[in-house]
Amino acid sequence: MRWLERQRYLIDFTLSSLWRRKWKNLSLVLVYSLVIFFLSSVLFFTRAIRQEAGAILAEAPEMIIQRTIAGRHSLIPETYADTIREIRGVGSVKPRLWGYYFNMVSQANYTIMVPETFPHKETEIVVGEGVLRTWGSVEGNRLYFSAYDREAVLLTVVDSFDDQTALVTSDMILMAEPMFRKICGVPEGFATDLGVRVRNRRESDTIAGKIIRALPETRVITRADIQRTYAALFDWRSGYVIVLFSGAGLAFLIFAWDRATGLSAGEKNEIGILKGVGWETGDILAMKFWEGGVISSIAFLLGVTGAYGHVFFSSGILFEHALKGWAGLYPHFRLIPSVNFYQLATLFALTVLPYTLITLVPAWKTAITDPDTVMRQG
Amino acid sequence: MSSTGLLLLLFIHPAVTAKSDRERIRNEAELVRQLGLTDLCLFTEARYTRHLTQADLHSAFQDHPMALDHFPSGAMVRPPLEIWRRK
Amino acid sequence: MIRLVNIAKIYNAGKPNAFTALRGIDLTIPMQQITAFRGPSGSGKTTLLAIIGCMARPTSGRIWLGDRETTSLPERFATAVRRETFGFVFQNYNLIRGLSVMENIMIPAYPAGMKYRTLKDRAGELLMQMNMEDKAANRVEHLSGGEQQRVAIARALINDPEVIIADEPTAHLDTDMAGAFLEIVSALKAAGKTILIASHDPFVFGASPVDRLVSLRDGRLTAEEAAA
Repeated sequence: MRWLERQRYLIDFTLSSLWRRKWKNLSLVLVYSLVIFFLSSVLFFTRAIRQEAGAILAEAPEMIIQRTIAGRHSLIPETYADTIREIRGVGSVKPRLWGYYFNMVSQANYTIMVPETFPHKETEIVVGEGVLRTWGSVEGNRLYFSAYDREAVLLTVVDSFDDQTALVTSDMILMAEPMFRKICGVPEGFATDLGVRVRNRRESDTIAGKIIRALPETRVITRADIQRTYAALFDWRSGYVIVLFSGAGLAFLIFAWDRATGLSAGEKNEIGILKGVGWETGDILAMKFWEGGVISSIAFLLGVTGAYGHVFFSSGILFEHALKGWAGLYPHFRLIPSVNFYQLATLFALTVLPYTLITLVPAWKTAITDPDTVMRQG
Repeated sequence: MSSTGLLLLLFIHPAVTAKSDRERIRNEAELVRQLGLTDLCLFTEARYTRHLTQADLHSAFQDHPMALDHFPSGAMVRPPLEIWRRK
Repeated sequence: MIRLVNIAKIYNAGKPNAFTALRGIDLTIPMQQITAFRGPSGSGKTTLLAIIGCMARPTSGRIWLGDRETTSLPERFATAVRRETFGFVFQNYNLIRGLSVMENIMIPAYPAGMKYRTLKDRAGELLMQMNMEDKAANRVEHLSGGEQQRVAIARALINDPEVIIADEPTAHLDTDMAGAFLEIVSALKAAGKTILIASHDPFVFGASPVDRLVSLRDGRLTAEEAAA
């Protein structure tokens, strides 16, 4: 078919003409890919972590009951659990003992927790992967803690969490209840808060209402709240990163606009020659269209696959600071790879199409000039 | 072209790792259930960012006197209001 | 036969820098002959050739190619006519740098969408005729002046046009190469092509293959005669 053969020639010519100005085009592709790389990294990461958070936290307790005094969190008497157990529809109420421990040496905060069953000695602990990594001074496998009364305590690490669970356990230190109370200063009979599981999820709101009526100084945090918080959090964190990036993005837009809307003298001359030997305006525009399309498509592919590797093989290492927070302790975890076709299509439409189209404008202006000027140049 | 192959990778790779990923999620979810956890271990720069969903008091210098606010972006960008609205 | 009636061309008409390149040219050009246009710089030779070859439109007057009027064809048709009927050899050759000889020759045929193999073979034949087949893969900027001209001629012939138009073909050539050019031109005439040459080089318009001489001065026809 003639049309097909003609497109083939045009693409051939386009590729060779891109290669003839290879340094200019390579630098353009490089910058362009970086921009797309950045954008798609943020998009992939945000989406992946939102999905992961949703999946993991689906097993969190339906409700957390906190006691507040003067609007601030306060320890909750364990007897409150009995009151709540009497409410119809409540499956189980478990006091949660957890808190923070700040390690001077590593300048990082860790989470200490008491599990329901702790089959180890009082001086033993189970830690997450991030703890061992960042603790600092470790004697053999013993970690030094400063108790509530400033007494020094040495605890032995007997087990650690699987690296794979880093996303929830990285900074965690599990210990026996007496040791917890000693280190954190939570007196007997009190807990940090209560975790409530209900029999029928649809009754959560009703039960929450009953709890608040029965125990007015408490506040209820539902699982839905938790999941919504994380969804919104990743949205705005990624937005924050994109806002920071907008300065660079604008600079790139200006650069690309300048590149795309101006033809060099050499390019103008070439278009003149092509017109002179019999190419129509339509042929020239088709060639320019392929040119813009090839450059932006290559940049798109490089940027997107680079972003995929960056986010799913290296956990977004370049963005750790902004997206994960600049903590003393980053959990090392891998996200579930997933790509949303719709997201990719939108990104494609926002990057490849505009660029391809704006390269046509200056070409059109040159292409409609009389080929007579070509003779005159001669 | 090889670049189309790269693009295909984006759709094939997730399918390939799906099984081990699902298992990992199962393990983590199980831990969450056992320990009754409510937050991911993502933002450990300050106490009030570690357990985001648990209300807590927060004030400056909370870790030690030389520590200022660890979370400077909080001064620039406010979380959207929707997360505070109940159903 | 190419017929021009009262052709005039004014550049930048209506503006302060308006320039009349041609005034009232009446001319008949027979086919399958070599017609040389002579005259000093600025006499309008290039403009006249551009109008004949559908590269520019006359400001007034009419022009026929055979029995088809080409005075004010829409751009698409003008381009088609130009591509199919005319082959140009520009004064500076206007080859595309960075491309090989073979590619340069094939370019005018791309829009026609001919099969690649056919096109390549045709280009190869033309290169053989020009004795350049061993330079097919060379980049054009590495060729000498005479070689570049032969590439330009081959390019002009790729679409097998009826009319070849050459603008100052010997301007950058020495006597030997100019002679070689004229030999090529005679061969083309023998093959049935019509050739129009614009030149102010006496070597050209005094040469034996030239059939007709047209003289121009200040945009006007001053003489039209059979060559000696």
